[in-house]
Amino acid sequence: MTKFTNVLSAAAVSLALATGLGGTAQAAGGGPQPPMHEWSFNGLFGTFDRSALQRGYRVYKEVCAACHGLKYIAFRNLVDIGFTEAEAKALAEEFEVAGDPDEFGDPTTRTAKLSDTFPDPFPNPQAARAANGGALPPDLTLMTKAREYGPDYLRGLLIGYTDAPADFELAPGMNYNAYFSGHQIAMAPPLSDDLVEYGDGTEATVEQMAEDVTTFLHWAANPELERRHQLGFQVMIFLILLTGLFWVVKQRVWRKLDH
Amino acid sequence: MAGGPARQYNNRLIRWVEYRLPIFSAVEATIGRDMPTPKNLNYWWSLGSVLFLALIIQIATGIFLAMHYVPNGAMAFDSVEQIMRNVNYGWLLRYVHSNSASLFFAAVYIHILRGMYYGSYKAPRELLWIIGVVILVLMMATAFMGYVLPWGQMSFWAATVITNLFSAIPWVGESLTTWLWGGFAVDSPTLQRFFSLHYLLPFVILGVSLMHVWALHVHGSSNPVGISARSKQDTIPYHPYYTSKYMSVIGIALIILAFLVFYEPNFLAHADQFKPADPLQTPPNIVPEWYFLPFYAILRSIPDKLGGVIMFGGSIAILFLVPWLDTSRVRSARFRPTYRYFFWIFVLNVILLGWVGAQPPEGAALVIGRLATAYYFAHFLIVLPFVGWFERPRPLPESISKPVLKSGTPAAEAAE
Amino acid sequence: MATTAPDTGEGGTRRDFIFVAATSAAAVGAGLAVWPFVNSMNPSKDVLAEATLEVDLSPIEEGQRITVLWRKKPVFIDHRAPNKIAEAQNTALSDLKDPQADADRVQRPEWLVMVGICTHLGCIPQGQRVGERLGDFGGWFCPCHGSHYDTSGRIRKGPAPTNLEVPPYSFVNDTTIQLG
Repeated sequence: MTKFTNVLSAAAVSLALATGLGGTAQAAGGGPQPPMHEWSFNGLFGTFDRSALQRGYRVYKEVCAACHGLKYIAFRNLVDIGFTEAEAKALAEEFEVAGDPDEFGDPTTRTAKLSDTFPDPFPNPQAARAANGGALPPDLTLMTKAREYGPDYLRGLLIGYTDAPADFELAPGMNYNAYFSGHQIAMAPPLSDDLVEYGDGTEATVEQMAEDVTTFLHWAANPELERRHQLGFQVMIFLILLTGLFWVVKQRVWRKLDH
Repeated sequence: MAGGPARQYNNRLIRWVEYRLPIFSAVEATIGRDMPTPKNLNYWWSLGSVLFLALIIQIATGIFLAMHYVPNGAMAFDSVEQIMRNVNYGWLLRYVHSNSASLFFAAVYIHILRGMYYGSYKAPRELLWIIGVVILVLMMATAFMGYVLPWGQMSFWAATVITNLFSAIPWVGESLTTWLWGGFAVDSPTLQRFFSLHYLLPFVILGVSLMHVWALHVHGSSNPVGISARSKQDTIPYHPYYTSKYMSVIGIALIILAFLVFYEPNFLAHADQFKPADPLQTPPNIVPEWYFLPFYAILRSIPDKLGGVIMFGGSIAILFLVPWLDTSRVRSARFRPTYRYFFWIFVLNVILLGWVGAQPPEGAALVIGRLATAYYFAHFLIVLPFVGWFERPRPLPESISKPVLKSGTPAAEAAE
Repeated sequence: MATTAPDTGEGGTRRDFIFVAATSAAAVGAGLAVWPFVNSMNPSKDVLAEATLEVDLSPIEEGQRITVLWRKKPVFIDHRAPNKIAEAQNTALSDLKDPQADADRVQRPEWLVMVGICTHLGCIPQGQRVGERLGDFGGWFCPCHGSHYDTSGRIRKGPAPTNLEVPPYSFVNDTTIQLG
């Protein structure tokens, strides 16, 4: 068994190497580490809390969608967070998208269908910057993957608006944030208590809304997560059993040799 | 191919095919009952099978990903999201492809280190080793171009940094870089040609790998003791002994791959890759994938641009010379007590270089990186020749079957 | 790897069972692994989402024909005038190469909805735009090989084997249909 464990340790060492190297590769060039939160989607058996997803959608729609796009999510995807097809269709109809040109060739708009993706709030980056003091609000679909620490960073940012320390020089128009890289962010604090009215009666504190919208955005970035975890469990069990079988075969085959 | 008596088959269909195209006896001669293999191979010899598996996985997932991926600057990033969200099992194909690249490199580095420890590159296997280094270079080119394809921030800036290296070449550098780019900077033409070549090179790797196995089978595998097999007693057929032995290792490799794919698919990835490429914004810390970090550290440790390029290329090119740099008369480090220490120091040094590659090139990391780079080359240019000359190796056993000294007394801890 | 291990004569059946179990488990695993590859070639979710299309009928005047794109195919929508309806209804089934009553091809007689692809070799028949040839039966004419379709879209003359296909559709309300 010792030689086999040698290879196992080699594999472990290289994974540790990659881990350590991969980890350090990320650590350089980011902001301060945000507080770590217990998310329902973490862990081997993690899933998305449906009510959190729906509350999070509400927060996105009423607070974030004014400036931030969600371009890779289609309205039909909302069925996966617990809405019925009819409800998703009604949610789609709250948005306007570009339609076909009219008989004079002029652009038209129409209400969104299930097959449409979320429209960008601005027609182009220049318009977005003009409306936001020169800053470009990024699309949010991949936000929890596009930032180091992912969902913890996003939640930290949303609850991390504090007063700047006395010795900190805050540029005009900027806001102090504990977890944003450089501590100065152009976006004013987007959340305040009771900003959104939740349909299920949950109290809409800043912390609650931050958690819900982060859960929603983590789903937007990883819609396949639950299926991936489920299939992963089956595949791992199968592979462990298969490797065990191979091991037994090897023992039986080699037993014949006078070692 | 290994010669031997023609095998007779009982099955009529097999005989019909065999008479016209001896494919079955070819397989038997390669991995079957007609491939005499030293009977003492340990698990460090399993990586060849794992590498072949990784190549097949990459080619299969790659071909199916290519059915949906669009290699154009305006659409590449979106097409990858399209694969992740709309293509049936697209997320699975994508995550297997990106994580198997890491599996591929982990396996190839262990495989190379095995060769360095056991002296597998020594005569008559020098060309086998050289073909292996060629495969490594092809793998690095393939992986580099593949990483550009998703057209994220790291894709774009890694492409910019690495293609800019060519401009360091005197006289022809600038034109060569423009020719590589197909423009005045990395842009869609660059991406498009990288896609074409990324699709092509794995099949070149496949061909060169077959040559690698062909070269191996001329003299057969080396073994942990480093003494050639001399008699039938020293060997056993590859099948069923080594096929069964290495299947468990393949199982373990798949388990590690499955864990990454299904539970931490972006563990080895960079967050900046999920931002679309922006030629007007450089990420604060441009880093390649983990398997390139040691070479990246060597590149950045030289303050001169051309010098850095030469050392970067040299750090791989030096591998071609290893069969001649190592002067030891003894193959396996099992019997080389001095060299063994230097081997492990080399491994730690490469890991250190990897860490350096992930840091911004300043301060303590830069100093450490320069020392580690110097040591990297010192291992090949100083340690290998000198330790080989001056070392007193342990006495070798008589044969593979009898790990007993020629004088008749049993060898002391010949096993590891 | 279908050959058997060297025979030693001891514990034969138990060893063979494990060997068979391991090989078949590996084969099952390999077979299961093939499915994601094959399925990835099936229509993706965004393509399937485009499977239905709503069409507003109110701008289409009587006697007017429009073409819409549904599942990347042309669909002819004909707001039939009474004389065209009568022609279609009064045709004897024995005159038809592919016998089908007009009533079986429409949900409401004034609205004819058909896939505008000739059932011969796939060209798009003429007759949708003013000035195009309607053929000898007042319906549509395919210029590629001379198939004539009547006012119900049925093949009357020429090489096409079957009538123009009626796609699945339903009336959402009096002025809107949903294709697919």
